[in-house]
Amino acid sequence: MRPLVPRFSRSVRLVHWATAVLLGIGVVTAFVLYNGSVTLAVGHRRVIELIHVYAGFALPVPMLAGLISRAYRSDLGRLNRFSRTDWRWLRSKNRRDGSIKVGKFNAGQKLNAALVAGSILVLLGTGLIMYFPDWVRLSWRSGATFVHDWFALGLGLLTLGHIAFAVRDAESRRGMRSGVVEPEWALAEHEAWADELGVTRPEQH
Amino acid sequence: MAAQPEGAPIGRRTVLSLLALGAAGVVGGSRVQSALTSWLGPLESRDPTGLIALLPLGDTFRFYSVTGHVPTRTAATYRLTVSGLVSHPATYTLADLEGMPQTHFTKDFQCVTGWRVPEVPWSGVPLSSLIERANPTSSAKAVRFRSFDGTYTESLTMKEAMRSDVIVALRMLGAPVTHDHGGPVRMYCASMYGYKSTKWLSGIELTDTEIPGYWEEYGYDINGTVRD
Repeated sequence: MRPLVPRFSRSVRLVHWATAVLLGIGVVTAFVLYNGSVTLAVGHRRVIELIHVYAGFALPVPMLAGLISRAYRSDLGRLNRFSRTDWRWLRSKNRRDGSIKVGKFNAGQKLNAALVAGSILVLLGTGLIMYFPDWVRLSWRSGATFVHDWFALGLGLLTLGHIAFAVRDAESRRGMRSGVVEPEWALAEHEAWADELGVTRPEQH
Repeated sequence: MAAQPEGAPIGRRTVLSLLALGAAGVVGGSRVQSALTSWLGPLESRDPTGLIALLPLGDTFRFYSVTGHVPTRTAATYRLTVSGLVSHPATYTLADLEGMPQTHFTKDFQCVTGWRVPEVPWSGVPLSSLIERANPTSSAKAVRFRSFDGTYTESLTMKEAMRSDVIVALRMLGAPVTHDHGGPVRMYCASMYGYKSTKWLSGIELTDTEIPGYWEEYGYDINGTVRD
């Protein structure tokens, strides 16, 4: 047995799962608040609204708290930077065949991370505007509602895509669940990163 | 070990771009919304897949209910009481209300959080005529509304209540007020935010002071006049 490769630190996994739970609460309550027939079947608007709003206020907290962890900051730094290879990977039709060596995160993951983070901040800001109607004038509140609706739809689709990719890759799920992955998977999916960690290739026969 | 991150900070730029887009949407979204709705609204009503209806095109009603189950009232079971500081308290059936002179007008429905449904046709009995029939005493200074959802309350000052655009609505959108919209009878206060227009109206009570309603207990302004 070759040793497993450490992929995500405990702090990174904690941030991921805390964010997932809060986002899940936000999505479910959003659906109840938004879909007319569900809204009326569930009722209790004040309670549902409070859960939605407080899950929303809390949503950026794990990501901010994660900044005290060096491992989290390092992953964030990697997600932030797009190299030439990343652009090539995005344009490539056969990006999954391993011909382009991918680092710890592929360009799709980087893009997803940035879009999710930005959407969460926009939803937070527009949510605050709607929750405190005295802050800004009416037309801005209408604008905030408009932005909140469309960004919520966008974030919902990003999350669905994220889950769809995870469903198809058990080893990537293992990485986020337990923190470690098989060396073969690291080499196949994130070869540049595996090289960085000194993961050895299986012996040729 | 971990290499120095190379490449441009596209992640940060993406986040900042989304924030800029969001801010622009807050300032200008109201107009974009109207344009989108006028393009896609007519398509939505003819879309056999129903997919367009899933898009967050504004200008549609969002349904609010503050309790669990709201009972259904029919023409046979509906009653509206007018009580409190009046010399002629009364109880009306739906037929009684339908038999009274009706007011018709087309006005926007505006929620305090920002969403709006433009040009909704409304009709019903002016609240002022029900108040006059009840003959309020001199100490009556405000009107309190109750809902048969068992929880919701609202109120208006007497001056607001006597406005001609404040009606006990029996019809909206060209049909009897549906249960989901607060039917068979709901309030509609045209110049005020939606929270002032009690759904599932069951009681009108004249009081000596304006008593804060359901959302006002949670911080909304008791004066619900729409202000730009």
